[in-house]
Amino acid sequence: MIQFLASIGYEQWIIHVLLLLPLLAIPLILIFPVRAARWIALSVALIELVLGLGLWWAFDPANPGMQFVTDAAWLPQFGIGYRVGIDGISVLMVLLSVVMMPLVVWGSWRAIDQKQRGFYALLLALKTGMLGVFVSTDLFLFYTFWELLLIPMYFLIGIWGSSNRLYAATKFVVYTFVGSLLMLVAIVWMVWTVGRATGTYSFAYQNLLEHAEVMAPWGGWLFVAFALAFAVKVPLFPFHTWLPDAHTEAPTAGSIDLAVILLKMGTYGFLRFAIPFFPAFALSRTTGLVVASLAVIGIVYAALVAMVQPDLKRLVAYSSVSHLGFVMLGIWGSTVESVQGAILVMVSHGLSTGALFFIIGMLYERRHTRKIADFGGLARVAPLMATAFTITAFSSIGLPGLNGFIGEFLVLIGSFGRYPWLVAAAATVVVFSAAYLLWATQRVFFNRFTNPLNEGIGDLNVREIAVMTPLILAMLWIGLYPAPLLRRTEAAARRYIELIEPHLPAASLPGITTSGMKP
Amino acid sequence: MIPFVWLAVLFPLLGALVNGYLAARGSHAKRLVSVVGVGSLVAALAVTVAVFLELRQGPEESVRVMLWHWMPITQRLNIDLAFQVDHLSVLMALVITGIGSLIHLFSVGYMHDDPGYARYFAYLNLFVAFMLVLVLGASLPVSFIGWEGVGLCSYLLIGFWFEVDANSDAGKKAFLANRVGDFGVLMAMFLLWWYLGTLEYAQIAQRAPALFALGGGTVTLITMLIFLGCTGKSAQIPLFVWLPDAMAGPTPVSALIHAATMVTAGVFLVVRTGVLFALAPATLQLIAVIGALTAFFAATIGLKQNDIKKVLAYSTVSQLGYMFLGVGTGAFSSGIFHLVTHAFFKALLFLGAGSVIHAMHGALHHAHSARDAQDMRNMGGLRRAMPWTFALMAIATLAIAGIPPFAGFWSKDEILTMAFVRGQTSTVYLVCWLLGLAAALMTAYYMARLVAMTFLGEFRGGSDVESGLHEAPWIMTGPLLVLGVLSAFGGWLNLPEFVGGHETIHRWLEPITAPADALLPVLAPPHGSTEMLLIVGAIAIGVIGLLLGLRMTLTPAPLTPELAPPERGLARLLLEKYRIDELYQRVIIGPLVWISRRVLADGVDQLLIDRIGVGGTARVAQGLGWLGSRLQNGQVALYVTMFAVGAVIILQVLAR
Repeated sequence: MIQFLASIGYEQWIIHVLLLLPLLAIPLILIFPVRAARWIALSVALIELVLGLGLWWAFDPANPGMQFVTDAAWLPQFGIGYRVGIDGISVLMVLLSVVMMPLVVWGSWRAIDQKQRGFYALLLALKTGMLGVFVSTDLFLFYTFWELLLIPMYFLIGIWGSSNRLYAATKFVVYTFVGSLLMLVAIVWMVWTVGRATGTYSFAYQNLLEHAEVMAPWGGWLFVAFALAFAVKVPLFPFHTWLPDAHTEAPTAGSIDLAVILLKMGTYGFLRFAIPFFPAFALSRTTGLVVASLAVIGIVYAALVAMVQPDLKRLVAYSSVSHLGFVMLGIWGSTVESVQGAILVMVSHGLSTGALFFIIGMLYERRHTRKIADFGGLARVAPLMATAFTITAFSSIGLPGLNGFIGEFLVLIGSFGRYPWLVAAAATVVVFSAAYLLWATQRVFFNRFTNPLNEGIGDLNVREIAVMTPLILAMLWIGLYPAPLLRRTEAAARRYIELIEPHLPAASLPGITTSGMKP
Repeated sequence: MIPFVWLAVLFPLLGALVNGYLAARGSHAKRLVSVVGVGSLVAALAVTVAVFLELRQGPEESVRVMLWHWMPITQRLNIDLAFQVDHLSVLMALVITGIGSLIHLFSVGYMHDDPGYARYFAYLNLFVAFMLVLVLGASLPVSFIGWEGVGLCSYLLIGFWFEVDANSDAGKKAFLANRVGDFGVLMAMFLLWWYLGTLEYAQIAQRAPALFALGGGTVTLITMLIFLGCTGKSAQIPLFVWLPDAMAGPTPVSALIHAATMVTAGVFLVVRTGVLFALAPATLQLIAVIGALTAFFAATIGLKQNDIKKVLAYSTVSQLGYMFLGVGTGAFSSGIFHLVTHAFFKALLFLGAGSVIHAMHGALHHAHSARDAQDMRNMGGLRRAMPWTFALMAIATLAIAGIPPFAGFWSKDEILTMAFVRGQTSTVYLVCWLLGLAAALMTAYYMARLVAMTFLGEFRGGSDVESGLHEAPWIMTGPLLVLGVLSAFGGWLNLPEFVGGHETIHRWLEPITAPADALLPVLAPPHGSTEMLLIVGAIAIGVIGLLLGLRMTLTPAPLTPELAPPERGLARLLLEKYRIDELYQRVIIGPLVWISRRVLADGVDQLLIDRIGVGGTARVAQGLGWLGSRLQNGQVALYVTMFAVGAVIILQVLAR
């Protein structure tokens, strides 16, 4: 496989094709008749899947740096370039987005019955934006993709959402936009500062990273500017209240893209930019304690709030806040174990939350409600759906043997030496996560069949089975044999830790050296 | 065969997949389901026996069977999916697959008319696979797969008849109570990894004595956290509340999962990590106290229950308490011995109760009676219709009551003797011993009461019902018969030397327990006369309990539910299980939900963050003028688009 990919020059063109193909297909969608729109979108998604899967083999796990690198001039006067690449931190996110895309299109096959052209065109634009964020190694390019994403997402929620869609869409945009404006200021400031000191005005990631010490005097302000933009996206408690609204009002495809990819842009931003640029401030004892505490508050708090939500989508939205708290904790745990765990939680959360939203979407298509109280006893009329939901719920709960456990276990065990008490507090969520998901599962699928309107609900059809099966198989695979994924993130995680190690405060538990062994 | 021990896991797993597929297809091929369901268990049993025979010949060291790298992160954290084949894991696997096979066979008859037949066997097979992973795992995380996996299957099987709200509630309650314990296991893993740098049992046993001080704070904390997990899984105080509710599942499930195997996993885990516990005498003492208290209090509740399965459920909680009392005295192999004999007689009791319920259910249904098929006040005189079940349950009753030579006598006596011996060093153990004796008296009492109310006297459910009562088919009585033999003679597995035995289980487990034993204080066994006194006393307690139970139950004869006056005072408190469930609901669950809803969701999230924080910021922005007016009109998209497009155009123009 590797030889074959090399023979077709795979690594030279793959990123560009992945970025461009969805954009090129948009005019096609607008030209062809309406009923072709979803077919075009699906074809593009499938082509991207086939092409993108090559990354699995073409990516060299031993190489800790950027691969598939392209560095082309775009606006050289401003030091802006078309600079892209993939490393161990981003490879799984790129793979996840190419895998999820066909499922998203196929999953909303029947859900969208009006303005289909616009819907699928935006979905494709969203796809380019999401991939672009993860492959950009130029901060201007990164910012462009970052902002570009807002537009399709805004329309997806605002046009195809449910009743309160405009409120949610506006809230989403305002929230994230305020954060990103500060980031833009910070980026420009950085380029300017580094340029004045070195003579090279460049938005290139590598250039800024190498001269990070120049920015150190302003590290605190710059970090906060970045951190706000990213913390809103994560979302880190207390910047999370846009998410339940956005998730709830968005159509299924929007919710899934939000959960699977958009939320990960925040945590990715911390790992890629905010911390490596300003490690001294970001990892100082105080900042670390603040961020890790917010993460853990979010983990427990969101789980408790999820427990009392009457709406399934809001419940899953809060569960996202809880899961993403694990990613933040793992990032600030700052060990190879915890960082790899954080990356794995990003992937796992995408799979299980995506699957939960798919099933909630299927319920909504059938009954036009997401209220838990409207259901009950569905396992009798829809046993397959109940099974799929239960498996997914347990994956989200973190049952060992399924995907959710691996990442959270690694995050907790890896962060334990630095934040023993916070890890203990975070670990209590094993009870609460089971509480909110099992309670919801019970009230929807088990218990007495009370609502006669649910009689004709119908079980999963072939298309829906085909969407759920790969997701469930992936949950099992990652749960039982995560080693191939871990191998692909390991080198990059190790290099990341080496990079930040000089700035790390000592672990707070006694009796251990940095090499890891008790003396 | 040892390197292929994973086959024992694979067969039930495949069985679960096939039966799960058949269930999903809505298949009615019951014969196929039965063959796959029972066949996969028998195959697993065959593998286990082969491994056992090989291990008997082989060396005493454990054999590590590597499957694949599970979480290879660093040199330090490199968790393999590996099994550990040794005397302990194989003994457990024999119990699981052996009794599991019998119960699967029994289920063929018991569940025959259930519409969820295939689903039932899929869950039950899956349970066995997870249970084997639990005992075979070479490290805590691998065992944890099984540990939580059996919890999953328990959840699914308790809520098997999910259309009754109470069943679904019970399943959820079981899982949540277990998860409270699992928090402890997780934290113990983190601490162990931090201080020992390993999670493999073999290496833990090797490194712990060198790196942990005897009685040190860290090892005490770790063992207490592990034990917290055990109180969840093995239904001890304070987390025992889920097990009685778990009886909502089909009765063979209660026999396999909630009596013979899963609930004993806590005892297994303590023995598995025995070196750690031997280093933490304070934890051992706590375990003994909790075990003795649980044995005592659960037995008191068992005295007044009228539901036949509820009696057995509290009896199980109580007997698990004995096992913990055993390991708490440091007598690890005695705890395991009682685990094995208890698996025999308690599985028999539950399956016998299953036969009774099966018969009652059929007869009540036939007679269109709305009476409760599990309420013993509706039974009586069943010995006539069900002589086999009666005889076998009588044997099991003698076994659990501690009457020699039946199985339970030997194992229970060992535990009580050990507690007594320990009592010479610390009064705490002496109190535990007394609690154990009192529990033994009550055990004999409530078991005699159960047999009397069910099988003796006259039938109280009405003559039209009585005529419909039948002995269970052979596929159900067959397994009962085998368990009856085991309950009668199972004590021979570990006969003490004073009756000419060889203490087989002690010797068999010696490679496992020796490292821990080396750390424990050596205590003098009781003198011949003291020992004889203890034994005679124990037998006397059993006999007295049985006689009391029979006499007080039969005269006057019990009243049927509609005639029985409401209980008062202590009796009512016992019937209502000390109202512990209500207490937990009032003090923990209720307030937690209230705080989540009113304080966190409504107060913090909606009001504080969203309305005041975000809304306030928005209002400030609105005051700032033009940006605000656009926000209000929902024109943000326009603005953002303009911004992005504008920025690119301006830059392009500038660049030219």
